[in-house]
Amino acid sequence: MSFHLILFLAFGAVCVGGAVNLLAQRHPINSALSLIAVMAALAGEYLLLGAEFVAAVQVIVYAGAIMVLFVFVIMLLNAGVEEETKGSRIALLFGVPGVLTSSVLMVWVVLRHSVTEAVPIGALPGHPTDIAQLLFHDFLLPFEVTSVLILIAIMGAVVLASKPEATARKVG
Amino acid sequence: MGEEAKALSVGVFILVSVIKSVLVLFVLLTAVAYTVWLERKVVGHMQNRWGPTRVGPFGLLQPAADGLKFLFKEDLTPPHVYKPLFLAAPMMAVIFALTSISVIPFGNSIPIFGYNIPLQITDVNIGLLLILGVTSMGVYGVALAGWSSNNKYSLLGGLRASAQMVSYEIALGLSLVGVLIQSGSFSLRTIVDAQGGRFLGFIPRWNIFHGQFIGFFIYLMAAYAETNRIPFDLPEAETELVAGYHTEYSSMKFAMFFMAEYANMITVACVATLLFFGGWHGPLIGPPLVQAVLPVFWFLAKVFCFLFLYIWVRGTLPRFRYDQLMSFGWKFLLPLAIANLVATAIAVAW
Amino acid sequence: MVPSYVPLSYYLLLSGFLFGCGVIGFLIKRNIITIFMSIELMLNGVNLSFVAFAAHWHALAGQVFVFFVMVVAAAEAAVGLAIIIAVYRTRETLNVDQVNLLKL
Repeated sequence: MSFHLILFLAFGAVCVGGAVNLLAQRHPINSALSLIAVMAALAGEYLLLGAEFVAAVQVIVYAGAIMVLFVFVIMLLNAGVEEETKGSRIALLFGVPGVLTSSVLMVWVVLRHSVTEAVPIGALPGHPTDIAQLLFHDFLLPFEVTSVLILIAIMGAVVLASKPEATARKVG
Repeated sequence: MGEEAKALSVGVFILVSVIKSVLVLFVLLTAVAYTVWLERKVVGHMQNRWGPTRVGPFGLLQPAADGLKFLFKEDLTPPHVYKPLFLAAPMMAVIFALTSISVIPFGNSIPIFGYNIPLQITDVNIGLLLILGVTSMGVYGVALAGWSSNNKYSLLGGLRASAQMVSYEIALGLSLVGVLIQSGSFSLRTIVDAQGGRFLGFIPRWNIFHGQFIGFFIYLMAAYAETNRIPFDLPEAETELVAGYHTEYSSMKFAMFFMAEYANMITVACVATLLFFGGWHGPLIGPPLVQAVLPVFWFLAKVFCFLFLYIWVRGTLPRFRYDQLMSFGWKFLLPLAIANLVATAIAVAW
Repeated sequence: MVPSYVPLSYYLLLSGFLFGCGVIGFLIKRNIITIFMSIELMLNGVNLSFVAFAAHWHALAGQVFVFFVMVVAAAEAAVGLAIIIAVYRTRETLNVDQVNLLKL
């Protein structure tokens, strides 16, 4: 049991537990907190693979900004406990065995027939300078396009979330 | 540098890291307690009164008395709160406030028993990003405390505080990018090392004199807003929102919010010292033994100046209204930070 | 039986599990915000795949693409939450089953 495997299993357990908890909880705030735990554990997994810049950006952007947005909206809209819906019998009858068989099949195929080489700890060090070289030379066009996308998203969010009377007054 | 330093084996490294962590944590918690004392004294003198004087000489034992008071107070958990988050929020606030001290370097390496031990718990390549990340996570303590209290004043205070912290995080990050462009690395030790030496013979090469003057003021204002201090402390002002997000908290949990706020102040002061004021660089005078320890003294002196500035501003300025606060952050500070970044990039690329 | 190192397939299995949980959450849940969070879980699973393959093939482009996925996820979360707020203002509910006025 190498140290790498122990760390991988520890972070992996938090990921798996958080994902299952997200499905199991009925109040959205608990699901949001489990998702934050999943993202933090994923940042740990990225560090194990050597992607230090990606891990830091994951914590800053995903866990520290996007999830704050989610928590805000849950607080603002006062989202309560999810209502019980009557489940579908057919879905339960075919769904659960279907998911179980397909997942067992996929796990068996991946473990047996895919790559079994080791990924060493810190396999591909992603220094910020190397990533910046790629980002601003080879991937400059996608970078600029995504910045335009963010600009459009900002404008769209401001317009969509503003109060209806304000927009009516501006138009009329 | 006398003998060759021995390389640290794994066991020695772990032992040294544990000792460093315990020492730094102890010093940080004492510093938090005495920052409270300093604030009460300084604000008191600014308001023409004495501040604490009764407990110990100059009121120096006042933090100990406050700590005992918090321990003995009744820890009330109101029946209408959402218990799991109510208990977890102050713990989250304190954990994230204390984590960022682990990448802050206090001085150069000290040779002990033949090993060269750097005065930093860990020097990661992305030290500055780690501090930014932990600051972003600190919003959760405030937001969840406000929400779990099930109380309209707490909810409003929590929402306002977290919206304010998220807005000023952007200006904070952008003001630091100017320093990063000039230093070329995220590692805090490398940034400080790039500020050694002098130019024109007597002006030290600190980043504030070397082009980041506006960047420093943007950082200062954004940091005051991040730590919810006057003039940006509307979310926790007594006259506005009862006590904002920590209305329903008492005893140790309230003390934890208090500790988290002052620990954040100390972290901000340390980062400002490292990034803009040359960290531990200062005149090295005296015998070699003193010279090994003098950098730490310079670092602490600069951090103390920042804490005094924080307290001075608190005693002097009135607080912003919430809409003034938000428009200041988005419409003034953010464009100014971007302009600073563009100007620095052009100057470096020239 | 368990090897003492970590093969690539372990990372892929973890990524697949997260993606699968996201899909199941998207299909099962009735609260619109929880459905959104399942989408974010799916995107995170895919990010892990990208970084794992980047480490395996020593191609740094995998890590750069994670950056783009995060940017798109942020833009989508912002616009999606704004839509949710707009829907809540008119329908007063967060249950997707009750937003069915256009149904025949």
